[in-house]
Amino acid sequence: MLRGNPTATSTVGRPGTAPGVATPAAAQENGEQKVRIDTGVIWRITRLGLQYRWLSAFTVIAIIVSVAFQLWIPTILGHAVDNARALATGEAASYDAARHALILTAILLVIVSVLRGLGAMVHTNLSEIIAQKVAFDLRMQFYEKLQRQSFKYHDRAHVGDLMTLGILDIEFVRQFYPGGIFRTVFIIVLVIVGAYMLLSADLVLGLVGMSFVPFVAWRAVVTRIKLRVLWNDIQERLAILTRAMEENLGGIRVVRAFAAQDHEIRKFEAISDDSLTRINQAISVRVRNDVVIQYAFLLSWAGMLWFGGLRVIDGTLTLGQLTAFLAFMGLMMNPVRQLGFVVNSYARASSSGERVFETLDMVPDIQDKPNAKPVRLSTKTLRFENVYFGFRGERFLEDITFEAGPGHTIGIVGPPGSGKSTIAHLVPRFYDVTGGRVTIDGQDIRDVTLESLRHSVSVVQQDTFLFTTTVFENVAYSDPSVPQEAVEQATGRAQLDNYIKRLPGGYDTVVGERGVSLSGGQRQRMSIARSVMLHPAILIFDDSTAAIDAATENRIRAALKDVMKDTTVIIISHRLSSLMNCNEILFIDKGRIIERGSHGELLKQGGRYHDLYELQIKPSQELGEKYSIKAMVGAPDDGAVAGGQSP
Amino acid sequence: MTTRTETTPELPPRLTPAEAVKRRRAAALARRTQGEQVFGVTFDGRVFSRFISFLKPYRRQLIIAILAVLAATGSSLAFPILVRFGIDHAISAGGDRRLLAIIVGILAGFVTLNFLFTWVQDLVVARVAQKLLFDLRGAMYAHLQRVSLSFMDKTEVGRLMSRLQGDVASLQEFLETSVYAIGDLVTLLGITVVLLIFDWRLGVLCLAVVPSLFLVRIVWLPFAKKAFLRARVTSSIMHGALNENVNGVRVVQGAVRERVNLEFYDELTKDNLQAQLWATKIGQVLIPIVDLLTGGALAVVIVVGGTWVLHDELEIGVMVMFILYVQRFFEPIRALTMHYNVLQRAMASGQRIFEVLDVPVDVKDKPGALVMKDIDPSIEFKNVTFGYYKDQPVLKGISFKVKPGETVALVGPTGSGKTSCTALLHRFYDIWEGQILVGGHDVRDVTQESLGHQVAMVLQDPYLFSGTVYDNIRYNKDSATREQVETAATAVGAHEFILKLPQGYDTVLEQRGGNLSLGQRQLVSFARAIVADAKILVLDEATASIDSYTEMQIQRALKTLLEGRTGVVIAHRLATIRGADRIIVLQDGMIIEEGRHDQLMDKRGLYARLYSLNYSSFDDIPDDLVKQAVSSMKTGT
Repeated sequence: MLRGNPTATSTVGRPGTAPGVATPAAAQENGEQKVRIDTGVIWRITRLGLQYRWLSAFTVIAIIVSVAFQLWIPTILGHAVDNARALATGEAASYDAARHALILTAILLVIVSVLRGLGAMVHTNLSEIIAQKVAFDLRMQFYEKLQRQSFKYHDRAHVGDLMTLGILDIEFVRQFYPGGIFRTVFIIVLVIVGAYMLLSADLVLGLVGMSFVPFVAWRAVVTRIKLRVLWNDIQERLAILTRAMEENLGGIRVVRAFAAQDHEIRKFEAISDDSLTRINQAISVRVRNDVVIQYAFLLSWAGMLWFGGLRVIDGTLTLGQLTAFLAFMGLMMNPVRQLGFVVNSYARASSSGERVFETLDMVPDIQDKPNAKPVRLSTKTLRFENVYFGFRGERFLEDITFEAGPGHTIGIVGPPGSGKSTIAHLVPRFYDVTGGRVTIDGQDIRDVTLESLRHSVSVVQQDTFLFTTTVFENVAYSDPSVPQEAVEQATGRAQLDNYIKRLPGGYDTVVGERGVSLSGGQRQRMSIARSVMLHPAILIFDDSTAAIDAATENRIRAALKDVMKDTTVIIISHRLSSLMNCNEILFIDKGRIIERGSHGELLKQGGRYHDLYELQIKPSQELGEKYSIKAMVGAPDDGAVAGGQSP
Repeated sequence: MTTRTETTPELPPRLTPAEAVKRRRAAALARRTQGEQVFGVTFDGRVFSRFISFLKPYRRQLIIAILAVLAATGSSLAFPILVRFGIDHAISAGGDRRLLAIIVGILAGFVTLNFLFTWVQDLVVARVAQKLLFDLRGAMYAHLQRVSLSFMDKTEVGRLMSRLQGDVASLQEFLETSVYAIGDLVTLLGITVVLLIFDWRLGVLCLAVVPSLFLVRIVWLPFAKKAFLRARVTSSIMHGALNENVNGVRVVQGAVRERVNLEFYDELTKDNLQAQLWATKIGQVLIPIVDLLTGGALAVVIVVGGTWVLHDELEIGVMVMFILYVQRFFEPIRALTMHYNVLQRAMASGQRIFEVLDVPVDVKDKPGALVMKDIDPSIEFKNVTFGYYKDQPVLKGISFKVKPGETVALVGPTGSGKTSCTALLHRFYDIWEGQILVGGHDVRDVTQESLGHQVAMVLQDPYLFSGTVYDNIRYNKDSATREQVETAATAVGAHEFILKLPQGYDTVLEQRGGNLSLGQRQLVSFARAIVADAKILVLDEATASIDSYTEMQIQRALKTLLEGRTGVVIAHRLATIRGADRIIVLQDGMIIEEGRHDQLMDKRGLYARLYSLNYSSFDDIPDDLVKQAVSSMKTGT
């Protein structure tokens, strides 16, 4: 957002709108769309609070009660002054009577003070309850929204940005209830009731006392708009700063390797200074607003002493009444001083709220159809029928057709970027096809529920994420309530149990960010164990053994044999030895199947597959012949040779 | 799906999902509380004094700010005094309109002064506070560029980020409120002084209620401390859970864990909700108490002061003045009490920030370190012993030489010390014993920067920064021309695919180069090394994750890269190993074999044995097989 955009100019022109009292009607009547977004956000935040109808009502009642007691205090103080002068003015008959009146006034004052305090406690508490409840709702919605968003969304979103949204922006929205909207209600009630009391007591004095109000309202509106624009801008810059820091720390070895520390510090400082300049601008705006508002207020206060003093001299006003007026203004002092915060709170809430709502309103592009049914499995046949896939103008898959089943394993091979992984990601609907269809036992996967689909399909990823929790919970991720034995069985099959048993806490060892870290191969085996736990009907290995040596891979394959017997399996790999035994192998290049057939058939074709075979398998076989393997390793039954079976 | 039931019958009772969630929540809570409890201190003198040291560059601004605070507070304290004179001398005593006009004029003058000084005060303090935050963040960032890599190895990025951001942000809150806190304190002091001056007896009586506020505080504090701490801990757990879910969202969706996670998050968020509400309640309890005390003090003014006025012992104006002052007296006290939470948080954050700043910088330039230029690109390790932990050497007395232009491949099983060798060449760590010479200079005698310009490094994981492809290839060599960048890209065979990107060299890369394939990223990082134009190249070859197509391309690029350079390569691929001029076989921190591929194969030593196991990389060979090979070698079979 740039400064001085249409939002700023057009909203200034709207007359008489005090901050936060923008009604929905007012928002809708306003023609210009940009204006509506702004007030729309504030109104939407307000409405979220209003859904707690009783709490909101009680808050407002508590505010009114508290304000009533608060405004009673200056009157009592005025009475006290008049009581003290009662002998001099001849109002009191005797010293005793005057003193008696003083004591009664003092007792009343203490009672009213405490009642005001209780009222204030109740209304701040209530508004905080509303705020926390709304924050709770937003957090839950935000969390749910993020975890339901498709891969397409997460491919583009920065983790740092999402965290800022989830932590800071929701926090700013939360602060809006006690610091923005209810504070506004409080101030408005205070000003209106106060103005009524002042004006009904003395019209001129009341007008003098209230003369700062229109000015303050005007300043508040103007500043709010300026600050909102600035805040948006600052937020964007800080996000850039965050990313720069994150990247630098993540790539610290590269930075050091190129002796680029100074380069990195310069880069950081440039972004940092840029943000600071903007923040300083926001500070200037805020501070100017704060002090000008306070100045206007204090000038009306001085005016009060002048006009009030004249009245007392004229005898149309008692000294007590003047004291009451002055004390009343004293009460206003703090709320007026806090107006700056209130204004800031509006600015922050509307810019933060806009971002939060933008995320919450996004409809995940992959969802259950309204009448989706759980998938019905019979033969577990997976079919790709003339599948096309592409996005952002790029085409990744073209006319892919194949059929896989428990007795018909499919292997997929091809250069990087050819679309192999995309095929894997289409089956559990991480992405949706853009043409053709994918069916399981004849049902289009877009017609069944996502949950049932993903329960029946499992993709073993190339690089898997470890959660900061125990090994047990990481393996049993899909179902934390499974028994220990099931987890051990899965890790055993993935050839990971020996490693886990050697960890200090065995299965209760915490891994992940704040725990023990695993190597690439161990993570891949963890990923395999996770998928095996699910007992999926369709199991897809997405280049998931790249970091695992051939011998271990063979042992894993052997251990999975009984599981895979009844499962539809697709193996995507760069390593031909991983998929040579598949019933059908697809060679993919640039999103198309260019060769297909069994290993033997493909070799006979003498095409790309054949070339790849020459490159990968041949050299080591030659070497094996030249330097007799058995002679070197010793025991002939130690079968840790590529292609051999595990001991 | 059918197999799911087969394991269930004879097993111990399963945890219900709710129980599992409960168990995990308790564990998370215990872990975080432990971490936070350490920081439960309200005030730490050392933290505070280090803050002050960061304020030093702003001494002038601070003096201005303090003077402004004093002037602003002083002028605002004058208001009630002027009211008092107005009442006693211009209003009540018969009425003197001219005097009243003068007094109101003076009052307006003070109001204006107050306005100006407040402006200066707020502006200067807010700006210095912001600058201070940026300074702190900048200092941490700059320090992290220099701290020992062993610290960076151990600490995750997320944790450091939370210090660079979260902790700095909570200091911001502290600094913002302290502006007002300072004003509040001066106000309190000023009012006390004025009250005692004008009528010390009434002043003492009024202020007599203040100590009871301290009593209240003593009772209140332990509750507050606990409540605030709990609120903080539950927040941090909640945010941690969100963070993990965002990072692991692909696994979450693949495992259909959304519902379980939402339940778990619901529990954590509810915990936080309860804790926050309780903390608010604890905080708000003070409101009616302060009101009671204010009312009490005003009651004293009314009864005692009023009686004295009745007796004509006190002027009515003074009584009014007392009322106006007392009204303003207690609000700052309450505000100050509420600053407690902010202060506590700030101290914890400050501690964490200074913890980062205190991480030692192990590797430093010697005073007067040499700037290396035009060296003869030779490398020599002389009896090098080194380890990451005391008494656990990783390299044990290693010696070898690399002649200018020679390419040496380091091979050996995981943990044999290959990576340490390359890291030491770059002086990422300092060695325990021995000497490492680059171009005849001990690496400890030259500046790290010039060493970095002589030795380029290509890491296993091709790390790219956000920005354009061009920026990434050029990286910190600002002097590199577009032509140089394109030549480098062409040399490694990256030019073609870069041109195919939407904006060619100006295509902005996504996070970590997400819009490039792994092989493409590798090539870009090669081009980066060529542009850096160092005479010595250290390369940690990627293990098995690259496919055969890119592999051919990479092999070609590697050749170009090593041409005319001295190379030390941690090699995994057969082609690379065989192409090296010499192979050094490391095992358990020692060199056990050296020579060309065919020489080593004929020797039938460890290299030949490991090689014949046919693993995709030596790193993957299981320990037991290595042991077996070693022992069979020793026994001479």
